[in-house]
Amino acid sequence: MTDTTSQPITPQTKRNIFQQLELDVRLLGMIGAFIILCIGFNLVTDGRFLTPRNIFNLTIQTVSVAIMASGMVFVIVTRHIDLSVGALLATCSAVMAMTQTEFVPHVLGLGLNHPITWVVAVLVGLVTGTLIGAFHGWMVGYLTIPAFIVTLGGFLVWRNVAWYLTDGQTIGPLDSTFMMFGGINGTLGVSLSWILGIVATVLALLTLWNSRRAKLAHEFPVKPLWAEAVMAVIVSGAILGFVGILNAYEIPSRRLARLFEARGEVMPEGLTMGYGLPISVLILIAVAVVMTIVARRTRLGRYIFATGGNPDAAELSGINTRLLTVKIFAIMGFLCALSAVVASARLANHSNDIGTLDELRVIAAAVIGGTALSGGFGTIYGAILGALIMQSLQSGMAMVGVDAPFQNIVVGSVLVAAVFIDIVYRKRVGAK
Amino acid sequence: MTTPKELRAQGATPMVEMNNISISFGGIKAVDDVSVDLHPGEVVGLLGHNGAGKSTLIKVLSGAYKMDSGEIRINGNKVEITNPRDARSHNIETIYQTLALADNLDAASNLFLGREIVTATGLVNDAAMEAECRKIMGRLNPNFRKFNEPVSALSGGQRQSVAIARAVYFNAKILIMDEPTAALGPHETQMVAELIQQLKAQGIAIFLIDHDVHAVMELCDRASVMKNGQLVGTVDIDDVTDDDLLSMIILGKKPGQDTA
Repeated sequence: MTDTTSQPITPQTKRNIFQQLELDVRLLGMIGAFIILCIGFNLVTDGRFLTPRNIFNLTIQTVSVAIMASGMVFVIVTRHIDLSVGALLATCSAVMAMTQTEFVPHVLGLGLNHPITWVVAVLVGLVTGTLIGAFHGWMVGYLTIPAFIVTLGGFLVWRNVAWYLTDGQTIGPLDSTFMMFGGINGTLGVSLSWILGIVATVLALLTLWNSRRAKLAHEFPVKPLWAEAVMAVIVSGAILGFVGILNAYEIPSRRLARLFEARGEVMPEGLTMGYGLPISVLILIAVAVVMTIVARRTRLGRYIFATGGNPDAAELSGINTRLLTVKIFAIMGFLCALSAVVASARLANHSNDIGTLDELRVIAAAVIGGTALSGGFGTIYGAILGALIMQSLQSGMAMVGVDAPFQNIVVGSVLVAAVFIDIVYRKRVGAK
Repeated sequence: MTTPKELRAQGATPMVEMNNISISFGGIKAVDDVSVDLHPGEVVGLLGHNGAGKSTLIKVLSGAYKMDSGEIRINGNKVEITNPRDARSHNIETIYQTLALADNLDAASNLFLGREIVTATGLVNDAAMEAECRKIMGRLNPNFRKFNEPVSALSGGQRQSVAIARAVYFNAKILIMDEPTAALGPHETQMVAELIQQLKAQGIAIFLIDHDVHAVMELCDRASVMKNGQLVGTVDIDDVTDDDLLSMIILGKKPGQDTA
């Protein structure tokens, strides 16, 4: 194997602009649909849809489903399904609510709003979610019970475990630090948001630069420099634009005045302050980055996609597909717990119906985002964009004043239509 | 260099011995007390009808199936092969009849599946794997171009060359080829034949499953014929004719035996 004869790398001619930019046409289609949707709602609502305030709300409403959707991508890519995510979220939320309102204050005797309360609650929640997920994965992988059945059972079990744990009561208010994960109660403020935005931009540009260098090092074809520049401008514009919009949503002056009063200070006249990036959005971004790296750059991700493409081939290549199934469902469970933190913190309490119908929203987000139920294909960013599109559709319709039944009718129809368009698209381009 | 035939004559320990292997599925004995062996640099053909148990037998060696009874010895030492990872750790590589490729991944990802090249930080190094893939494909199939497409976009011959590349890249000592030329045209079949000669010269021991008696006569040193899960017999290719092999496959009779 010491022969170094290498394949000549043929420069590809005849490439259109999208190919030169190496952009995923499918992603562009989704972004296009999303932009049309936003502009459409904005016109109908006389400009109320695309205000910093509404974009801020839309973003924090999307986080919980989007976090779970990124995990659902792995589940669906390996030809499984998880119908229990909403119920699992409820159980994790109930466990965390009981931890911070009963266990830490009364059993440990630390009282309400102790500084370590949120840490304990979050850790207990994450461990619970991961263990339940791993248990699902063990039943699917080692006992070979179909995932549909395991998680259909889990759907009933965990929804009612949550009910049993809390006696069906709403548990709240939650720990004040814990509630910072919910969105509006925990934002970074303007300056810190800008700093983070700039750091993120620099990191993104470095990533682009490094991938180009890696390709050049192996003498693979690279994009023309102008295409790299266009990509760099788009990426930086998107990151900084997003931060700018969230910064532009100003804390209402009366609320700001109350904040100052609480600290025993007087608000300076004419002071305005933006909310900036919510912590929950940072969590989502972190999840998206980590999950994308796992999907593309780790062995685990490679095995997940290989197993989805051909389970027998994966097994024959020495991949322990059973253990892999446990890992995938454990990740899903972990992300459900993380979503539970965000969801219950946003509502400021644990309610018995938290996460109801989330399983369907999460699956829909992943599927609209291009995850193929036949396995082997799917992207994290697609699923998150799918979640954003679903949420925009829902809240846009609510703003326009569409009746609740029609909202769900539209969302359901859009799901089916989106998958149909995807099938037609895949046939056109000849992909599977 | 001693030829495999001389090694056998000297009574040298074979590289692979599969002794008294039996495996059954739901009461049907797919492989019934079969013993075969293989010396370095030797090609042993496995012949038989569809369902004779050839693929099942070699899947025991490649770790895809667990045998019910019997033993496997590598260089005289008894080994346990319970999954494909065990087989790979003994430098046993397999080219499956179905190719066992993940259709949604590109050639390099399939070539290195389960044995990825990773960077210092433990992330998969796609650029390095693609470079290695280009090197080996340059030797095996110089016309191969589609490095950045999923293997579902490849032709039968191209897919086959990916599967072959995967088996020979990792310094295999024992190679199992399950109908490697089934999906290939005449030119590519010839390339596989040349590759087998080349690997043989490097001292690699090869089990070749093939339906084509002529190909077996041309490429193999010995042939083991199976029928209904049992071994009809193992013969030296130099001692038999095409017709002898055919009668072993069809009638289950060793040459010299009466055909009743």
